[in-house]
Amino acid sequence: MDEKCIEINGLTKKYGDHVAVDNLTLSINKGEIFGLLGPNGAGKSTTILSLLGLTALDHGSVQVCGIDATRYPLEVKKKVGYLPEDVGFYNEYTGLQNLLYIARLNDIPIEQAKEDATKVLTDVGLEEAMDNKVGSYSRGMRQRLGLADVLIKNPEVIILDEPTLGLDPEGVKKFLQLIVRLSRKKGITVLFSSHHLHQIQQVCDRVGIFVKGKLLAKGEISSLAAQLFSENAFTLELGISAMSQSLNEPPLTINALTHKIKGLKEVEQLDVKENHLVVGSQKDISIALSKLIVESGYGLSYLSKKEYGLDDIYHQYFQVESNS
Amino acid sequence: MKSKTLLTEATKSTSFKILGWLTKLRSISFPKKIGTEKEPTIPWGPFKAMVQKEIGDHIRNWRFIILFSIIALACTGTLFATLSDGMKALVTDNSEHSFFFLNLFTKSNGALPPFFVFVGFLGPLFGIGLGFDAISSEQQKGTLSRVLAQPIPRDSILNAKFIAGIIVIGLMLFSLSFLVMGIGLIAVGIPPTAEEFMRIMVYTVLSIVYVSFWLNLSILFSVRFRQPATSALLGIAVWLFFTIFYPLIVNLIIKGYEPSKYASSQALFFYKQLKFYLVQIIPNELFDEITSAILTPSVRSLGPLTMEQIHGAIPSSLPLGQSVLLVWPQITGLLALTLLCFLLSYLIFMKREIRSRG
Repeated sequence: MDEKCIEINGLTKKYGDHVAVDNLTLSINKGEIFGLLGPNGAGKSTTILSLLGLTALDHGSVQVCGIDATRYPLEVKKKVGYLPEDVGFYNEYTGLQNLLYIARLNDIPIEQAKEDATKVLTDVGLEEAMDNKVGSYSRGMRQRLGLADVLIKNPEVIILDEPTLGLDPEGVKKFLQLIVRLSRKKGITVLFSSHHLHQIQQVCDRVGIFVKGKLLAKGEISSLAAQLFSENAFTLELGISAMSQSLNEPPLTINALTHKIKGLKEVEQLDVKENHLVVGSQKDISIALSKLIVESGYGLSYLSKKEYGLDDIYHQYFQVESNS
Repeated sequence: MKSKTLLTEATKSTSFKILGWLTKLRSISFPKKIGTEKEPTIPWGPFKAMVQKEIGDHIRNWRFIILFSIIALACTGTLFATLSDGMKALVTDNSEHSFFFLNLFTKSNGALPPFFVFVGFLGPLFGIGLGFDAISSEQQKGTLSRVLAQPIPRDSILNAKFIAGIIVIGLMLFSLSFLVMGIGLIAVGIPPTAEEFMRIMVYTVLSIVYVSFWLNLSILFSVRFRQPATSALLGIAVWLFFTIFYPLIVNLIIKGYEPSKYASSQALFFYKQLKFYLVQIIPNELFDEITSAILTPSVRSLGPLTMEQIHGAIPSSLPLGQSVLLVWPQITGLLALTLLCFLLSYLIFMKREIRSRG
């Protein structure tokens, strides 16, 4: 299962003085969905082009399915389906004709191509529109046709460059579901590049964060969070409300309460906004904290542990990047 | 390092091509072996698909339909004018040496220019029209990166565009030539001689070379410039330059060398020769010379001749082989220009990094 499908070793690509990709080393396992995350101009597209042998490298080597991509681009392109950013179709042809053309470029016999094309178009949900001209397709349909385009050659690897750009939220959701379903069904390795954090978070097994041509971090999202937020590993969010029914003791003021909470030795950080508290700590202190609040005569309306998302990771990296 | 990897891709694809040609040749000469020999490395099927698509695109394109109808109308117009007016004169005139069918291509009644002028004039426009957005429009539509992501060598895109263009041009010019011959045949009832037929065929093939020069030039512009409008304008500008401005410039230059009335014959000869050589680099002139030598068998020389050279010559028409020999340098020059344009666009295209719509 740990078979490597894509191996990039010390890849460097320069445009004049500008270093687009700087000494990148990355490997992606077979059957994995890998997210390449980074802002515009981070070198994601250049990396992808080098995977297909469409650009000359300054340094390093790229292997896809064990084939050197710069030496044998044709062999690689037989196994890799690539959906370029903002893909274009021949508008005066129908969706089916566009697809058949690609099938013929892949040397699939015409009879089989027709069969495959209908099947793939049904897979992506375009079976009703396949005889319409692509010029009349909506953005989402074009993107799905692009996916059909990639799938018809029966690839081992799919590379998607910003595939959800310009889709509406519902379209994005459907598109991502489609990718995950197809990838799991056929065991296809997927490399997914995007600058949308949440989309990557939804579908990818592993993520690589890419800034200014460098891979800053890679791994599963949870382990990335652990790496990054080690100083404040736990953050609790609480909502409190004064309990007016308890007559034995008059409730403490908020200030007194916050003072008490700060008194707990694990607490390192405390933010108060009226009834909303955010507590940062080294350990999980939710039990001690709730006990303290209830004993102080307050009710706990909610308590939640904050999960770090990709969003936070992303911003954290940008902070690091801009500080240095 | 960069160019090295590029070169490997380029050389590999050319070696593919040579291999492909070899197998093609072999399959032509040993037809039995076709079924048994299979070379999986040569992507002929995809290449065929690309050529077919390009031809289909050209033929369905309004640009092609309009240009083709203009040329066809102009040519048949001249043909009818020639036939209605001067038919009798053409047929009766010196039946021994007149080449009636060639006259259909070169003579007119004066109201409309003859056939060959139309081909020489509109052919370049046709070539430019077919090629000016060959690569740039694909890049703008974002289809180029999509096609390049398929397992085809990069140069086959350019080759397919070129081959498809030549096929379409050949189709058009051959059908026009046959149309003219057919109408002439019906109108007059005299079949063309083998010599005439061969001359017309040679002329048609060479006019395909001429139009494909302009096709290649405009493909070169379309590779170099991102905007189709830029490459179209540039193509037309080059065409205008060669048809109008370059002759004007040449006139200016040779004005300065114009010998006086009492100049020696040597000075006169030099003057004529200068005039001849200055126009030899422009494709229009090359084609004009080819046309006149091929379609007018009595033309014996294109440049100036001295009295000694003419001395003893029999005033008769040349056989086809001699006519071709006469314009051999021009044919070579035209082919060289065509190949040069193709080579340049090939070089630029192979080195280019293709990004979507970039």
